[in-house]
Amino acid sequence: MSIRTDAIPARLSAFVALVAASMTLSACTGGEEEAAGTELSFFVFNEPSGAFQAAADKCSTESNGEYTITFEFLPADADGQREQLVRRLGAEDPSIDIIGMDVIWTAEFANAGWIQPWEGKLASQVTENVFDSVVEGASFEDTLYTAPFTSNTQLLWYRKDRVEQVPKTWEEMLAESERIGEDGLIQVQADEYEGFVVWANTMIESAGTKVLEGPETVGLEQEATEAAIETMARFASSAAAAPDIDTSTEDTARLSFEAGGASFMLNYPFVFPSAKENAPDVFEQLEATTYPAVVEGEPSAPPLGGINLGISEFSDNSELAFEAAACLVQPDNQLEAAKLGGLPPTREDLYEDKAIEEAYPGFSDLIKESIDAAAPRPVTPAYTDLSLALQTALHPIGDVDPDDVSAVYEELLKLVEQAVKREGLL
Amino acid sequence: MSDRSKSERKLGWMLCAPAVFAMVLVTAYPIGYALVLSLQELDLRFPDDGGFVGLANYEAVLTSSLWWQDFFNTTFITIISVALELTLGMIIALVMHKAIFGRGTVRTSVLIPYGIVTVVAAFAWQFAFQPDTGFVNQLPFIADDKAWFGERFSSFAVIIMAEVWKTTPFMALLLLAGLVTIDGGVYEAAKVDGASAWQRFWKITLPLMKPAVLVALLFRTLDAFRIFDNIFIMTGGAQDTESVSILGYNQLIERLNLGLGSAVSVLIFLSVFLIAFIFIKGFGVKMNEGRPGS
Repeated sequence: MSIRTDAIPARLSAFVALVAASMTLSACTGGEEEAAGTELSFFVFNEPSGAFQAAADKCSTESNGEYTITFEFLPADADGQREQLVRRLGAEDPSIDIIGMDVIWTAEFANAGWIQPWEGKLASQVTENVFDSVVEGASFEDTLYTAPFTSNTQLLWYRKDRVEQVPKTWEEMLAESERIGEDGLIQVQADEYEGFVVWANTMIESAGTKVLEGPETVGLEQEATEAAIETMARFASSAAAAPDIDTSTEDTARLSFEAGGASFMLNYPFVFPSAKENAPDVFEQLEATTYPAVVEGEPSAPPLGGINLGISEFSDNSELAFEAAACLVQPDNQLEAAKLGGLPPTREDLYEDKAIEEAYPGFSDLIKESIDAAAPRPVTPAYTDLSLALQTALHPIGDVDPDDVSAVYEELLKLVEQAVKREGLL
Repeated sequence: MSDRSKSERKLGWMLCAPAVFAMVLVTAYPIGYALVLSLQELDLRFPDDGGFVGLANYEAVLTSSLWWQDFFNTTFITIISVALELTLGMIIALVMHKAIFGRGTVRTSVLIPYGIVTVVAAFAWQFAFQPDTGFVNQLPFIADDKAWFGERFSSFAVIIMAEVWKTTPFMALLLLAGLVTIDGGVYEAAKVDGASAWQRFWKITLPLMKPAVLVALLFRTLDAFRIFDNIFIMTGGAQDTESVSILGYNQLIERLNLGLGSAVSVLIFLSVFLIAFIFIKGFGVKMNEGRPGS
C-alpha cells in the first residue's frame, strides 16, 4: 500500500476497516441472493390459511434457484386492494411482478395497459379444464390477461334444525323465514360496498337480464330489473332482514349466523371452516344449497368471485414472472388452496379429486354447479364507475318501497348509462 | 425610502427567498397542477382518450345533485360541530383558566384526544357504536339493536360526536390563550361596580376575547370543512353522509378520473378560500393581532 498507514489517525483507520468489513458482508449476502435467483414480488391479499404462501414456497423450490417469490400483502377487502394497486400501477411502479387480481379488475387493468396478455402455450396451459365462466372473466376483448388461480361462489347456507322446506326461490325463503319467526333472519351483504354489487348483480341476472349487454351497451331490461329490485326491497323491509342490513358485510353475516340468530345466509364457502372453528353447535346444523332463484322455475345466477394472476407491464422480470404464475396456478396448488383455505379451484376436473371432497364435505358438487351457473359481474374497463353507480342507486335497500320500484329503476338506469360513458360525478 | 431601509428590505427578501421557494414548490405547484388537470379529460384507465375540455368538468360537478348533496352534508357537519366545539371549548378554557392546582396536568390531559390519530379514534368510535360488539347499545335507554350507521342522522350524530371529542381541546387551548391576555384588573373594576358573573362574561370576557374566538373559529371551520377520516372509516359515505372530500377521493382514487377529481378538489379549495375570506374581511379577523406596530 502506498499510503503511509502511520499517517492515518487511528479513528479513521477503524472507520476504513469497518467499511471494508461491511463491503465483504454485503458481498456475501449478494452471493446468497444469487443462489435463490431473481426475487419476484407477488402483490396479493394476506390469505389467512397460508395456502398462497405454501404454493409460492413450492414453486420457488421447484424453480431450482431461478426465482424466489416474495409476498407484498394487500388489505383484506377488494376495494382496498385495488386502491393500492392502481396507485402503484398508475405510477408505473416496477416493484410489482405478479398481481393477485380480483376477477372484476381484468378489463380495467388490461385496458389501462397495466398487465400483459397471456399468450401461446402458457395461455392454453393455464386455461386447461378451467370453467368457461372463469376464463371469460379472466379475459378482455378475447385475449387472456390473467391466469385463473382460485374461484369463488356463494351458496345458500341454512340451519337444518330450523328449516323444514329447503327453499328454491326468494319467495319460498321469505315464507320459511316468517314461519321460523324470531330466529329466521336471512343474512346478506348490503353495506355500500362491492359485496352489495355482488348481490345486486346476482339478483338482476337471476331475474333474466344483465347490467351490461356489451362493454358500452346498457342492458337492464325494465320488467326483469324491477322484479329483481322488488325482491331485494321486499326482503329488506321484512322481518327476515337483520336490523343492520344496510351495513352488513360477509363478515357481519358470518358472525350473526355463528351467534345463532340467523337461519339463512348467502355467503362464500369460507363460512364452513369458520363455523367449524368458532361455533361447533351451529356447525352441526349447517347445510348448504343452491343460491335461491328470483323467478320460479328459472335457475339462479350465483355470484362469481376469485383471484386470478396478472403480470405487471412494468415488471423487470416478466418472463420469469409468467413462469412463476403458471406454476402457482397448477392443479396441485389449487387443490391445496381448497384444502387449506376453502378456496374453490378454477379447474373443473379437480372437482373429481378426493381432496375436494375433504375440503367441502358433502357440497363439492354444489360448488361446482354454482360456479358453472354463475354470472360474472359486468366486464368493462369502467367497472369502478359501474359499481359506484349500482351502489348509489340501490343503497340503502331497506329504504326502497317494494310496491313502487319504478323511480329506483329509472335512477339505476340513468346512473349506469352515465357510468358507462364515464360522465359526471359518482 | 432611505438607502438603509432599502437594503434592509432587500436583505429581508433574500433571507425569505428559500422559504418562499419551498412554499411555491410544495403548495403553488400542486395547486397549479390541479387547476391544469381540472381542465382536461384525463382518466388513468383510458390512457388513449383525453385532451383539454375547458370548463366541462366544472359544469359536470356543479350540475350534479351529488355535489350539492355532499356540499350540504359538509356544511351541516361543519356548522354543528364547530358550534358545539366553541361552546364546550369555552367551558373547558374557563375551567383551565381558573384551575388553581395541577394546571399543567389539567391542560395536558385535556389535550389527549387531540393527540390521538384521527383514524384510530374513528375506529374506536365505530366499534363503540357497533350494534353487535359495541358498548353503547348496552347502555340504558338505548335500543339493543340500534344500527347507528344504518341511517343518515344517527350516522351524522356519531361522526359529529367523534369530531367534537377530538378537536374541542384544540379550540379550548386557542381560547385559553385569548383568556390569559385579559387584564385581571378589568374584572376587579367590574366587580366593584356590582357586575354579576354572567355580566362579566358577556360584557368583558367575550368582547375582549373576540379576536381569539374568531381565529379559533376560522381554524376549526377550515379544518371541519375538509372532514374526511371520520366519515371514511365510519360510513365510507354510505347513508348519504358523504362529504366533499370523500367525493373528491372517489373521483380521484377510486375512479382514477383525474380531470373530474381535480375539478372537485379545486372547488373545495375555492370553498375553503371563501370561508377564510369571509372570516378575515367580514368579521375582521386579524391574523397578526398583537404584533407590535400593526
